[in-house]
Amino acid sequence: MADPMKIRANVVGDSTEVKVLMNHEMETGQRKDAQGKTVPAWFIQNVTATWNGKTVLNAQWGPAVSKNPFLAFKFKGGAKGEKVQIVWVDNRGDKRTDEATIA
Amino acid sequence: MDARRREVLKTGGGVSLLALVAAAGWLKPGDALAQGAAWNKAAFETHSLDETMKAFGGSAPAQSKDIAFVSTPDIAENGAVVPVGVSSSIPKTESIAILVEKNPNMLAAVFDIPAGTDPAVSTRIKMGQSSNVYALVKADGKYYVASKEIKVTLGGCGG
Repeated sequence: MADPMKIRANVVGDSTEVKVLMNHEMETGQRKDAQGKTVPAWFIQNVTATWNGKTVLNAQWGPAVSKNPFLAFKFKGGAKGEKVQIVWVDNRGDKRTDEATIA
Repeated sequence: MDARRREVLKTGGGVSLLALVAAAGWLKPGDALAQGAAWNKAAFETHSLDETMKAFGGSAPAQSKDIAFVSTPDIAENGAVVPVGVSSSIPKTESIAILVEKNPNMLAAVFDIPAGTDPAVSTRIKMGQSSNVYALVKADGKYYVASKEIKVTLGGCGG
């Protein structure tokens, strides 16, 4: 299981700003190791953010997203104390779900 | 009698093994399928804007001044971590895609923007070398594009 994400969700005016830092290698599949063998691609493919059971962002990523990906977005609504949930799935089928409370 | 018992054991073992294989086999393609549906493999393997548009099933995008790059540098020191923010002021923005012209595969990320979410996202991407970066926005079924050149001092592949 991968390391937890860092999620920060803050109310800004009538919106909620969400910033996420994920822990992932994001291997491109282009790199070669010391033996000259290609390091297989390993990256997050899907990211979904939900708030109150509603999807607020859905992303598809390729291996060109940086290692330990950062993501920031904003959605209308959200109040202090409510939860924002982020789920990612990588190309190996590994999955991680983390939750943050809106502040 | 004894011989028969062996037989039964053998077939029994065989069946359970088969069942196991089948179960394992069923699980894996199932998972892959579930993922494949949500991940546009064809689009992520394209090498030009035209190909990407084909994979998305859209026509050639129109240049738009309503797409802005936010907190995106002109010169990135490290190609492995290039901050890119895209914001669209086109009404009914449905999705935002980030493409890097000179990367091995052009498409870096696609964000679906449901109603209620601001059509603005920022993330960090890898760039192999200095290149044009495209922000492709789908709004109301049409595609719009804006581009920005980012110079990379140190490539994301260690070059």
